[in-house]
Amino acid sequence: MAAKSNSALVVTLPSDLEIVMTREFDAPRHLVFEALTKPEHVSRWWGCRSSTLSVCEIDFRVGGSWRYVMRMADGGEFAFSGVFHEIAVPERMVCTERYEEPKFGNPEWVTTLTLEDLGGRTRMISRVLHKSVEARNGHLQSGMEKGAGETFDRLAELLASLAQAAV
Amino acid sequence: MATDALSATFSALADPTRRAILARLASGQASVTELAGPFDMSLPAVSKHLKVLQKAGLIARGREAQWRPCRIEAGPLKEVAGWVERYRSCWEESFSRLDDYLEEMKWKEKKHGRKK
Repeated sequence: MAAKSNSALVVTLPSDLEIVMTREFDAPRHLVFEALTKPEHVSRWWGCRSSTLSVCEIDFRVGGSWRYVMRMADGGEFAFSGVFHEIAVPERMVCTERYEEPKFGNPEWVTTLTLEDLGGRTRMISRVLHKSVEARNGHLQSGMEKGAGETFDRLAELLASLAQAAV
Repeated sequence: MATDALSATFSALADPTRRAILARLASGQASVTELAGPFDMSLPAVSKHLKVLQKAGLIARGREAQWRPCRIEAGPLKEVAGWVERYRSCWEESFSRLDDYLEEMKWKEKKHGRKK
């Protein structure tokens, strides 16, 4: 179906400090908002392959904090936490996000989540804003160590996504 | 690639004109005059962009011909494309799980609604 083709996740780099993810979901906006902000739901889907959320705490109010701990199959853990700055149910949420890793200086960024009502479907736009280009690049690189070489085909996709971001 | 080199790649890519130049070069080499054509820019302005791209290792300029053709250098771009793709695929795993979970939520809401 045509609707299905729109659900691909698009990642763009509109500036030196940002990473923007756009994706559509085949569900009404209030459900998507709940799934993204309530711990009983987040713990069901969030995280990389073969990981589980061993901690998922969300105090969903302005000034409230959240913390996730992702446990990998090999027992390794990665912790993320932050504070909510803006909440407008069911369309917008702004929070800080910190990767708790002293080795990398506990990098912190601001995430702005926007949900657009497409009538039964929902478009999610997640904008990550870093303080420096080095921090942004580090974020983008995280988890890349396992990846293999990429094909040249990706180049065209990258240029297309960069060009799209520039419009 | 060293962090500095990667930063140079990213800042070279941050400009829409330079991305358009790269997109043009992805389909084959071109002269400065040919590149200037679609942008309504002076040759010195285009040359300036080309210098930034060249410094970032994103393009190379031929010495063999008088018109010094520009061509794309795949290395740094492949690296950046690789990062973006790996980042994307990691999140896509999460979001496809979320797709399934949303189906469950929709079904529960419908069932709950009927009971009322």
